Amino acid sequence: MNTQSAFAQALLNPDLPCPSGLITRNGSDPATRFSVYRNNVMVSLIDALADTYPVVQTLVGEDFFRAMAKVFAQTKPPRTAVMAYYGRDFAAFIDAFAPAASVPYLADVARLEMARVMAYHAADVEPVTTEVLHAALADPAQLLSLRLVLHPSVHVITSTFSVFSIWAAHQTETSLPCVDPDVAQAALVFRNALAVDALELGAGSAAFIGALQTGQTLLDAAGAASQLEPEFDLASALALLLRWQLITHLTTGNQDHEHTP
Amino acid sequence: MSNRPNALMQTGAAPSHTLPTRAGVGLKPEHFQEILATQPDIGFFEVHAENYMVAGGPFHHYLTRIRERYALSIHGVGLSIGADAPLDLDHLNALQRVLDRYQPQSFSEHLAWSTHGPTFLNDLLPLPYNTATLQRVCDHIDQVQTHLGRRMLLENPATYVEFAASTWSEATFLSEVVRRTGCGLLLDVNNVFVSSVNHQRDAQAVIRALPLAQVGEIHLAGFARAQDGHGDLLLIDSHGAPVAQAVWELYAITLGLTGPVATLLERDNDIPAWPVLLAEACLAEKQLCEATGQRQKNRQRSPEEVHA
Repeated sequence: MNTQSAFAQALLNPDLPCPSGLITRNGSDPATRFSVYRNNVMVSLIDALADTYPVVQTLVGEDFFRAMAKVFAQTKPPRTAVMAYYGRDFAAFIDAFAPAASVPYLADVARLEMARVMAYHAADVEPVTTEVLHAALADPAQLLSLRLVLHPSVHVITSTFSVFSIWAAHQTETSLPCVDPDVAQAALVFRNALAVDALELGAGSAAFIGALQTGQTLLDAAGAASQLEPEFDLASALALLLRWQLITHLTTGNQDHEHTP
Repeated sequence: MSNRPNALMQTGAAPSHTLPTRAGVGLKPEHFQEILATQPDIGFFEVHAENYMVAGGPFHHYLTRIRERYALSIHGVGLSIGADAPLDLDHLNALQRVLDRYQPQSFSEHLAWSTHGPTFLNDLLPLPYNTATLQRVCDHIDQVQTHLGRRMLLENPATYVEFAASTWSEATFLSEVVRRTGCGLLLDVNNVFVSSVNHQRDAQAVIRALPLAQVGEIHLAGFARAQDGHGDLLLIDSHGAPVAQAVWELYAITLGLTGPVATLLERDNDIPAWPVLLAEACLAEKQLCEATGQRQKNRQRSPEEVHA
């Protein structure tokens, strides 16, 4: 039975003819009515991308965005009925989308915007208690083999462009500040209570948090960060994580690593 | 129909397994905070199951709090009951988790398909009504009801084309599905109106041909107007406008046949401010009250009902 095959293919590919076997009571051309379904599918997918990527849309304009989103939707329709994360691979698509090449930072802005959606829907996990923190910090022998498990909403975006400033410039109604796009920047995205926040991160802090997320020890993560940025300040990077309550578990090198993010 | 006048009157103190026979509104994230802050007197809320198949965050935070105060209907849009392929067990399990978490009074899905192979098409697509699709739809509904351990409601679709391969009318097909599977009917009055205009059917006759005793919920929504290849009016089930007057009239006729039934105002696009939706729900509530009053009057006049 391939009625639904033909129907599905024609929905996504406007060059295919209207599927056979469709009839209309008034004898009108079924193709016009079939195009309602085609339009419903395409518009709903493009709208879903527009909801997730508002700054990308602003950067290239609505017409360009919707044309680009249409190409994406036709080639990469959703693979699940859970539409919240539709377009997770939109940034990779933008990277390879030649007409967008004149906006080289577009894909990284898309990465930041998808990270915000992921953070919004990430699991609810309580931060580590101060008692646990104090106990861990009071034991210098274990301190350096300590592993920090971060909140599932934490995402680090690194870019050779000023991805955070470009995104932040579109968050206010006031006139856009002048942003030099060609400055490497990193951003930290996380959920703060019920809202998603984004902060600019130094290169060292970005490397540090990224290393923690891959399960490296505090010592190794700090080492990686210092290598990238000699001025990396471990205390202030830790203070940032504590201030926003982004540490959810502590484990030591002697224990099994239970909570790989 | 059994003589249960008290059951028809219940509102806030509904048993946990049925929606109160009142008006409800589709719950939108835009309105989470205002609903919790104002606690409007409304019969129930309805959410799309798939929107809550996420790990955590504000959606679950707000729905949990709203569920503590209101009855809930969970409405699936992605199960693809009409697909010519097996149901997606991962999706069915995800559905089970949402239902376990929120314990809704009602679960419903559509007489439609929306997946093909690994692709989700994000629209409710039409089916030919014949013996082959009947068997498939019934098998899928049996599987859903068994897997979830509960009765589901099946919603009649809004469609824009018909199939040469159809050998049943939509109403007869739905009646047979309900008869064979024991599922209930989610009667979307707007969909009946839209499909009736699009396929030159008599909307009232369609309603009368449906298994009205099994209606567990009614949907009302707005449509958009377009034209087909002949320039004839083609209605689109847009969920993006207020309920049309003609649909309100069809709703009143429907309630005259079914008696009061939990009624949802569906709005998924161009979502207005909360008070606008609440006011529209109040219009439905008014008709429900009239239907309840009418039913009681009929009961008082009917000796066989009084002595039943």
